[in-house]
Amino acid sequence: MESLKYDLAKTPLREVNQFLHSDASLLNGKHIEINNPNGAHNIAVGLRSEATVTIHGHAGYYAAGMNQIADVTIEGSVGSGVAENMMSGRVHVKGFASNAAGATANGGLLVIDGDAGLRCGISLKGADIVVGGSVGSFSAFMAQAGNMVILGDAGEGLGDSIYEARLFVRGKVKSLGADCEVKTMSLEDRKILVDLLERSGHGDVSPESFTLYGSARTLYHFNVAKSGAY
Amino acid sequence: MCGIVGLLVKNPKMRANIGELMLPMLIGMTERGPDSAGLAVFGAAVGADERKFSLYTGEPDFNWQKLSHDFLTHLGSKVINFAQKANHAVLTTHLEPETVKIWLKEHYPQVHLLAIGQLMDIYKDVGTPAEVAARYDFSQLSGSHLVGHTRMATESAITPAHAHPFTAGQDWCLVHNGSLSNAPSLRRKLQHEGICFETDNDTEAACRFLEWRMREGDDLKTALEHGFEELDGFYTLLMGTKDQLALVRDPFACKPAVVAEHDDYVAIASEFRSLAHLPDIKNAKVFEPSPKEMYVWKV
Repeated sequence: MESLKYDLAKTPLREVNQFLHSDASLLNGKHIEINNPNGAHNIAVGLRSEATVTIHGHAGYYAAGMNQIADVTIEGSVGSGVAENMMSGRVHVKGFASNAAGATANGGLLVIDGDAGLRCGISLKGADIVVGGSVGSFSAFMAQAGNMVILGDAGEGLGDSIYEARLFVRGKVKSLGADCEVKTMSLEDRKILVDLLERSGHGDVSPESFTLYGSARTLYHFNVAKSGAY
Repeated sequence: MCGIVGLLVKNPKMRANIGELMLPMLIGMTERGPDSAGLAVFGAAVGADERKFSLYTGEPDFNWQKLSHDFLTHLGSKVINFAQKANHAVLTTHLEPETVKIWLKEHYPQVHLLAIGQLMDIYKDVGTPAEVAARYDFSQLSGSHLVGHTRMATESAITPAHAHPFTAGQDWCLVHNGSLSNAPSLRRKLQHEGICFETDNDTEAACRFLEWRMREGDDLKTALEHGFEELDGFYTLLMGTKDQLALVRDPFACKPAVVAEHDDYVAIASEFRSLAHLPDIKNAKVFEPSPKEMYVWKV
């Protein structure tokens, strides 16, 4: 695979991102390495080609946001909004992720090896998120579709006002949000979990150790008897 | 927005260079806070019966020599040390804080008393972090720990007095990233306790609240627990005391913070980009502090 190296200590980020936005025919199959990210914001945002990108170090806000098709690995940690609004492809964070990781993501796979901060997978719209550590409070808030696998614990208000996303949690859940409840794991659910564990490097983890959470669907329609609760 | 930075140097050999180590941290937070900057540094202590008074005036050609001279003739007390940088000065004396406060108010109402302490010097002014740092020679500072702030004003005017750090009491200061929605009611409550305010800034309300709690007998931890109950809004607060740095984030973690713990130092900043240039950062333990938890590092 052809490999290209950029050093953000020498090349302006805008130049690197503009290169990463080149015509897909130029980038498909290429491996781009980015050194000295030093916490810069918006690295490798909006990629639309079959490129693989490795960021050697810590990235700032919105790393690999709006990703399509590309495969982005961050060797360190990331700030807020990693892979936010991802459409497809794969984003792998080897360290921890700050708040709102994978927010509103439509498709693709986000893997975080460490912990994720608050509001992980907020308004998830179809992507898959696997967190090796724990997630902070208000994760999967109003998550509409997609799957979240959390190997550690979840903070307060998990899955508040959730729609049809699946939340697989191995550890403790501090509290569930409104309308989020424990579900029976069907064979189809289990298959999704096993597939995600395998694709995120956790193939050795038993799917039986997870509890599935989802929507009780009591907030789907206005209920006058419950108006006080809204 | 706003940016915060904090640095506590554990390796005694590096303390002479704390200013130089910190400078890229503060400048790294320019985009988060381009309108003013400030810093409180804890250096060598003055004598047990002495106090340092950090002073500031908005008048660019203010006659500091005259102030120093008048101090001696009016109060009959020797100024032990008088260090002036641009329109800031640090005056060291044996006199009681109240005596100095009253004298300043009477004779030099245009001079603001920024801080009182035995270890802490404070500088804050309008301008970009690089401009303020150059004006007050931040790179030359020495000491064991410091807190710094870059401000993007959202709720009150851009003046040196509204810049951070804020102080109350002695050898204690606070910087804040965020905004408090109940600052006016907090202020009214504290005014009933006889506490006076110098600005209409929301952070000053938090600062005076915490200092008041500690004067009422709370330790820092208990004061901050009361803070979690009373402060409504978004905040990451970083505090400096004579021998520690303390950090808290609001329960919703609306405002960021990253910590790097290394054998030689502990560094705190709003974002990693302010920590990236610290020596041997690759071997530091970098983590994001949890919301509603208190982190304390001792010198």
